[in-house]
Amino acid sequence: MFTVENTIELFRNFATKVQTDKAWLSDLDTPIGDGDHGTNMARGLTEVTAKLDAGTYKDPGDVFKAAAMAMIGKTGGASGPLYGTAFMEMSKAVQANPDDITGALEAGLAGIQKRGKATAGEKTMVDVWVPVIESVKAGGLNAEHVDAYVEKTKPMKATKGRASYLGERSIGHLDPGSASSGLFFKALLEGGALS
Amino acid sequence: MKKIINSPEHVLDEMLDGFAYANAHLVKRVTGTSVIARKYKNDGQVALVSGGGSGHEPSHAGFVGKGMLASAVCGEVFTSPTPDQVYEGIKAADQGGGVLLIIKNYTGDVMNFEMAAELAEADGIDVAHIVVDDDIAVEDSSFTAGKRGVAGTVIMHKILGAAAESGMGLQELKTLGETLVASIKSIGVSILPATVPAVGKPGFELADDEMEYGVGIHGEPGYRREPLKSSKEIAEELVMKLKDAFDWQEGDRYGVLVNGLGATPLMEQFVFMNDTAKLLDQEGLDIAFKKVGSLMTSLDMAGVSLTLVKVADEKWLDYWHMPVETTDWA
Repeated sequence: MFTVENTIELFRNFATKVQTDKAWLSDLDTPIGDGDHGTNMARGLTEVTAKLDAGTYKDPGDVFKAAAMAMIGKTGGASGPLYGTAFMEMSKAVQANPDDITGALEAGLAGIQKRGKATAGEKTMVDVWVPVIESVKAGGLNAEHVDAYVEKTKPMKATKGRASYLGERSIGHLDPGSASSGLFFKALLEGGALS
Repeated sequence: MKKIINSPEHVLDEMLDGFAYANAHLVKRVTGTSVIARKYKNDGQVALVSGGGSGHEPSHAGFVGKGMLASAVCGEVFTSPTPDQVYEGIKAADQGGGVLLIIKNYTGDVMNFEMAAELAEADGIDVAHIVVDDDIAVEDSSFTAGKRGVAGTVIMHKILGAAAESGMGLQELKTLGETLVASIKSIGVSILPATVPAVGKPGFELADDEMEYGVGIHGEPGYRREPLKSSKEIAEELVMKLKDAFDWQEGDRYGVLVNGLGATPLMEQFVFMNDTAKLLDQEGLDIAFKKVGSLMTSLDMAGVSLTLVKVADEKWLDYWHMPVETTDWA
């Protein structure tokens, strides 16, 4: 279940991972996008951390909401609205039921799909969120799964987002949004909400 | 990386202050935001708002003023602005007649501007939007996010800006905008890549004797890489691509824009215009208006883009020629 503590831990851990892998995320974005995914995500998550440092939170839904507002307000690009909408929808779901992690993740995915109009198989972050949720439902998400799902975006041909402008030439590159989503789910695993 | 900056994180903020200081007779920076708004107001008319990632200067702030944009929202370098900033831009622009957003077709821009439009509508401001997708270098548009928006956006600013200043209503402007988008096509070529300050190295690599057709304004890969060609040969490639896209007939009326991508001097832009003009003449086109300049740039990328507008209505020429008061349209 989500608690205030493990949700804060989730976002602090996510922020640390994105800071550490900032250059990697931007490098992934360079051949198939415009090379700013790492800097954008780092800017958004720096603001998330600042908000967590400054505020006090009485329920995990508030933590998700603060993270959503920080991502929408600071990230820019497509990542800001996508992660922002995901966290906002998760905030609502968690407020309704902090025990239902699968429900919260599904709400987050629905938000991403509403905002980005993407479905599975289009080489976007949706291609990591969908199998992650399936694994969580099956009761056995681990870090190896997450890596495998991210890796599976490599042979896909992009039909949504910036990489779609390249068509066939997007094949053979990891999708940057999927890579950052992978970091998010690893942070979730390490945060303890799933155990 | 060799740039006259202080630190990559402060480029946007310091650029906006410098721009507002230098052009204080026409524009102001809306305090605490990344919005450049015009000082001129025309009560009751529709206000135009554009913007996007920075690094395309003078787009878009350079076209803020009487007869063009009411405000420009400036994102981080090559990154669309956030919804709250676009919302500030809409509020600063609104003069009572509704607000038309002119958005370049990139996933992030469309999402952030749409979220801002939702916020503004909740506030009672009438908002409509136009998505510009003039770049024909991108193939396969039926299954993708679509074609990119590039230099043709500046032509949208000019013609729609004049129409708004003349008193056209919001829905009519949106309709005009949609007709214009369908009539504007662009294609570019790069001979040297751009370096984003926060990244610190060029976005792609081109050998000294190489060039690439169809590169996007953020350095997105193009459709073909070749040994460096002469201006005349580049003009032939770009004009023929546009001919295929428009399928024009002899005698058709067009407007033409040669746009520098940031590090290409006017000398080369005029050489390229000279070659383009000869080809358009050979094709028997009637060129109704022309423009040359670095208007939609890509930081320090070297190269040019060519935009053609099929003139569907004589009224567009009146709008094109209407006087404006902005820093970068003359």
